[in-house]
Amino acid sequence: MAGPTIDALGQFTLTTGLGGLGRAVNFTNSNEAMLGAAVVVVLVFALGLRSRALVPGRTQSLVELLYEFVRNMCVDTIGEEGLRFFPLVFTIFSFILLGNLIGLFPYFFAFTSHIAVTLTLALFVFVFSTGVGFYTHGFKFLKFFVPSGVPSWLLPLLVPIEIISYLSRPVSLSVRLFANMTAGHVMWEVFAGFMLLLTASFGVLGAFASVVPLGLNVALAALELLVAGLQAYVFAILTCLYLHDAVHMH
Amino acid sequence: MSEGRDKAAFEQRLKAAEQAAEGPKRDAAESDAGSARRAIELAMRLGVEMVAAMVIAVVIGWGLDKLFHTTPWLMILMVPVGMVAGLRNLLRASGDKTGG
Repeated sequence: MAGPTIDALGQFTLTTGLGGLGRAVNFTNSNEAMLGAAVVVVLVFALGLRSRALVPGRTQSLVELLYEFVRNMCVDTIGEEGLRFFPLVFTIFSFILLGNLIGLFPYFFAFTSHIAVTLTLALFVFVFSTGVGFYTHGFKFLKFFVPSGVPSWLLPLLVPIEIISYLSRPVSLSVRLFANMTAGHVMWEVFAGFMLLLTASFGVLGAFASVVPLGLNVALAALELLVAGLQAYVFAILTCLYLHDAVHMH
Repeated sequence: MSEGRDKAAFEQRLKAAEQAAEGPKRDAAESDAGSARRAIELAMRLGVEMVAAMVIAVVIGWGLDKLFHTTPWLMILMVPVGMVAGLRNLLRASGDKTGG
């Protein structure tokens, strides 16, 4: 077929970043976006905390708001011990949030739309929380897989269920973030491609009609902004929940 | 002396005024927003929970089949186990604390 086609997945292709040096060491555009996210977090915090005013200005309020939000999430979900894990949860939250937000801009790469990235993050959380469980409780942590108060003849059935339920955590954690980000970007691309198709097929009339997909894309941008924040929040609060399970066992 | 009493009276009036102005209303609005946020958070989580347990169960069954040369049987056996584990995930995610 002649004319424009919709290539919805082309936007997720990895290319090399940082010019010749990046090509030599396989530094991809995804890595560029990650580096960008980290740099933005550090810069915003350095700028916001420069003045340390008692009555905060705009940047300082933003930083303090984020800090308190994650701190409350830790304390509410994990308990008082949660403060020990605050640096980890805050790093994960801000990294994913910035990754999602950076990906929303045109010409920028959404690294959270690659399952390799989200699965790595989720596996790290999974291994870390399991490690915390064994560190806190020793081998008694295995009791986590034995539900209390059930007759013993049911245990051979229930223990595999609990183990599978536990093992499914990194899968659901990573697939959720990856699927939400990918779906949003694919929808954007499809609607944008639809505008080109309309114009190519119907000329001026099509150009006027393509106001409809344009409006849909604008509405979708608002939705994507919500999803970007919400998915970072869900990832962080699930990290807290898993750490709660590891610390308190139930 | 009179300064201290004035201060105490002022604190009392301030507290009363604060309560009258926005006490119960703000609390209700806050808890409403909180429950809405929880609902959205839950909706974002639930979709994947069931499928994830199913996938893990089938992969484990498939791997054990490879190991013991019993090709479809262990995988078939793991399918209902995976379903139940998915339901377990759902129940746990929606805040069921019994034995969880």
